[in-house]
Amino acid sequence: MFPMTALLPVAYRRNLNDALEMAHGVDAVAAEERAASLAKRSLKKESKVWGLKLAVSMIDLTTLEGKDTRGKVWALCQKAIRPDPSDPGVPHVAAVCVYPSMVSYVKQAVSGSGVKVASVATGFPSGQTFLEIKVQETRATVAAGADEIDMVIDRGAFLSGDHQKVFDEIAEVKEACGPAHLKVILETGELANYDQVRKASLIAMYAGADFIKTSTGKVGVNATLPVTLVMLEAIRDFYHATGKRIGMKPAGGISNAKLALAYLVVLYETLGADWMNADMFRFGASSLLNDILMQLKKEKTGAYQGPDYFTID
Amino acid sequence: MTTALETKERLQPGAASSAIWEYAASPESTDHVRIASRYNLFIGGRFVEPHSKRWFETINPATEETLTEMAEADAEDVDRAVREARKAYEKVWRKLAPSERGKYIFRIARLIQEKSRALAVVETMNGGKPIKESRDIDIPLAAAHFFYYAGWADKIEYAFPNRTVQPVGVAGQVIPWNFPLLMAAWKIAPALAAGNTVVLKPAETTPLTSMLLAEILLEAELPPGVVNIVTGAGATGAAVVAHPDVDKVAFTGSTEVGKKIQRALAGSGKRVTLELGGKAPNIVFEDAPIDQAVEGIINGIYFNQGHVCCAGSRLFVQESVVGPVIRKLRDRIGTLRVGNPLDKNTDIGAINSRAQLEKIRELVESGVEEGAEIFQSSCALPDRGFWFAPTFFTGVSQSNRIAQEEIFGPVLSVLTFRTPEEAIEKANNTPYGLSAGVWTEKGSRILKMAQKLRAGVIWANTYNKFDPASPFGGYKESGFGREGGLHGLAAYVLLS
Amino acid sequence: MARLSINKTYKLFINGAFPRTESGRFYPVRGKGGELLANACRGSRKDLRNAVQAARKAVAGWSGKTAYNRGQILYRIAEVCESRTAELTDELRRQGSSASEAKKEVERVIDRWVYYAGWSDKYSQVIGSVNPVAGPYYNFTVPEPTGVVGLVTPEEPTLLGLVSRVAPAIVGGNTVVAITSESRPLAAITLGEVFETSDVPPGVVNLISGLKSELVPWLAAHMDVNAIDATGVAPEKLADVQKTAAENVKRYVHFDAEEIGWTDERLSQSPYAIFDFQELKTVWHPMGM
Repeated sequence: MFPMTALLPVAYRRNLNDALEMAHGVDAVAAEERAASLAKRSLKKESKVWGLKLAVSMIDLTTLEGKDTRGKVWALCQKAIRPDPSDPGVPHVAAVCVYPSMVSYVKQAVSGSGVKVASVATGFPSGQTFLEIKVQETRATVAAGADEIDMVIDRGAFLSGDHQKVFDEIAEVKEACGPAHLKVILETGELANYDQVRKASLIAMYAGADFIKTSTGKVGVNATLPVTLVMLEAIRDFYHATGKRIGMKPAGGISNAKLALAYLVVLYETLGADWMNADMFRFGASSLLNDILMQLKKEKTGAYQGPDYFTID
Repeated sequence: MTTALETKERLQPGAASSAIWEYAASPESTDHVRIASRYNLFIGGRFVEPHSKRWFETINPATEETLTEMAEADAEDVDRAVREARKAYEKVWRKLAPSERGKYIFRIARLIQEKSRALAVVETMNGGKPIKESRDIDIPLAAAHFFYYAGWADKIEYAFPNRTVQPVGVAGQVIPWNFPLLMAAWKIAPALAAGNTVVLKPAETTPLTSMLLAEILLEAELPPGVVNIVTGAGATGAAVVAHPDVDKVAFTGSTEVGKKIQRALAGSGKRVTLELGGKAPNIVFEDAPIDQAVEGIINGIYFNQGHVCCAGSRLFVQESVVGPVIRKLRDRIGTLRVGNPLDKNTDIGAINSRAQLEKIRELVESGVEEGAEIFQSSCALPDRGFWFAPTFFTGVSQSNRIAQEEIFGPVLSVLTFRTPEEAIEKANNTPYGLSAGVWTEKGSRILKMAQKLRAGVIWANTYNKFDPASPFGGYKESGFGREGGLHGLAAYVLLS
Repeated sequence: MARLSINKTYKLFINGAFPRTESGRFYPVRGKGGELLANACRGSRKDLRNAVQAARKAVAGWSGKTAYNRGQILYRIAEVCESRTAELTDELRRQGSSASEAKKEVERVIDRWVYYAGWSDKYSQVIGSVNPVAGPYYNFTVPEPTGVVGLVTPEEPTLLGLVSRVAPAIVGGNTVVAITSESRPLAAITLGEVFETSDVPPGVVNLISGLKSELVPWLAAHMDVNAIDATGVAPEKLADVQKTAAENVKRYVHFDAEEIGWTDERLSQSPYAIFDFQELKTVWHPMGM
């Protein structure tokens, strides 16, 4: 690995070294305690409604199934554009996230609505394919109309210590993205501990990620509050070191409004108001939206809601 | 307050919004809490009027409003309480099967759990601490403490092998205002488990939960006189300590008063334990998990407004990481929510009393005068009540008063060090020795530091952790004796 | 006409549920005068197998709970036992105890739960140690649960015998598969309902009724059982159990009730009963800057 690194331009090498230097340890017990204490924040009334609407506007409404069809994706797009037809005060979601083959179709479906088109690429979800194919897939997906690319890192390389490979792949995919935004999925459920999460976060940011994202949603452990906290703290340190603001996307397992608000509290109290918008924070989720809509309706009507009154798409 | 309406437009994705998220007020409900208009003394299993015929007001330090009035016990009342305690000791409690004693204490634990929210609300109203702390720490720990010592009642011979274990007799216990119910639990639970009876004197400014505890003791059908509670100020406490028929004195409070008690009891034959002040070092090495260390620093000094004898009030940071640590500390202090203690989102509540607020102000002024650089949160403070914004000083030297004296408020002094030896030397350079914190990812260093630091409790990569199974107490002028754990029994037994 | 009563079906207790034996068999439980009290499940080796699987699955969660939490749950068992005093006493009486014997036994059972509840966060303080080794090392020894405990309950006293052996095993973080008293299983089986309503996680205690001659050899031979408490095994069969247990070096425990009895509180309940089901782990860690 060393000789290869030596051939790279100096500035490039420094980036990976900077990332590794900043990757100090994370104390798991204390990080989890901090996340748990933030999750106890109590949100009421206006601040709750404000938070819930903000959360809706941050959702990457996602379907990533082998059984996805145009019909399913079309319905999802309608939901994305107008989550609650009975309440115009509810904003549209941030993006619809699909597999590459659906991108051009989604592009048409959401055209003019403000909803962005996001797609997973790079051999999602395992990332176990050739770099050329990852790059090519990225180019093709952007060409098909994707505004945002969610790539996966090579966890095998990362866990075996080949940080350079991880770094290089991200840099290449970033270049292939062109104008599209790049979200880098760390698949934190496979990284074993918070030290590794922090390290992978920093490598991704130094390699050019616009967003860092927790999970594919395809492994046993998806986004958690403490993992998100640790990644937000890495974003904060990266910002202080470089002046660049990187976005955050927890994905998978965030299925109810209360939990979404807890994520927003962690975000707000770690990175502050500048990150409290859909440019800087996203939720990768599907069932979350209806639960938020139910909560918003509850706040409006004062009665607890049942799922029969909200459309399933 | 940002309303949903105002922010609607900003919520469109793509439009950069930087709205401040104001959490709406989220006050804990108080309608389930009953505070009587007057509380008398709890003596011999009954609430009795004080001989003094005097009552004093007790207030909510967050609003300065009067909550109720408490009886002021004079020497005669204290004598009555001690006599009841003696009677209960001789006639009932020492004779009871240890397992039955344990069952009474289990009952107390359960009743505290059942009434936990009401106790938390009253604790917060009377003492000013944030509801999230009284709800999540003070009250659950108080219940756990009773639960723990309940279990010891019929197992005491395993704590002192090869000795016959007997109770000491009547224990006179004087507790502070920073953790009122928890301190009552720390004192009462081991005393009862070992077969002693008790006269407890709660702090003058925070007597209310002690009276709720008295009601719980009645519900638990604890035999009359086993626990007696006398409210009042310093004179009442002095009468408890000095009473000739008190066999054992336990005091938690300032080092100044602790010394007076030790002097007063010289030659009396009474057994004494003292848990006194502190000026704890919290030591951050360059390889520490920095973000968690910053949380630990915050928790170490701003927990309970810094009204904590083991507060990490002297921060020692290795010079190579001073920059990021201070920056993160400033950022973090900005997010601390100071205000209504009953609001579930409040991080820092009210200072316990006007007197304490004045003491904090005086010491902070001395820090400024001595040339340290002050940083204070710009948070808005309520108009009424006693408040002090979270504060830290940089450029502090060992000789400054703020590095030497216990402030007992939300004020941190930041010092630096280069080598571990220097950190140990400076950390130990104090008459106190209650606790210390160490932050490093290196296990070997943690254990070496723990060995070298002269303090009764060492927290490594954490701070301000308490558990009934874990002994707590100080070295040097922080007192002697331990509370909690197997070792906490020692203060309440005679071995033969 | 008097109301016709509804009789309880006595079933097994496995993984927090009450299945009938997979074998479909029963055996009659008779009172003192030979009258039929109930048809109990005649559990099979497959029921035992299922119970051991459930117990194994429960080890991580149960031993991973804080000691305080385990203590709370044991105390809760005591509370629920107290509230079911009438039922348990009645069952003991129907099985042949006198009214005062039954009352005393149930009271002792409750107090025994309280006693062991109190040990949960203390026994490691009594058995653990910090060891002053000659070198710059921090060295300490802590007890850890051995894992799945197979327990053969004594025939008499059916309830107190069971509880006196289950409580020290589970307070220390083990899970248990217990074969109940063969001749008088009713109150013991009812205890399953107590566990089920006392926040005891599924699989922590499993109760199998049946014929000991059928069940004990399978339990003693099971390669995923870490310890066997043979207190309820007939004296002439003890050597067999010990021999079988050697196959996977099971810890063999036997409480000598003949010698000690169940009511001497100093001897029939103690932390040493907890230590019977504990391993000891010693940790070395350097101390240096």
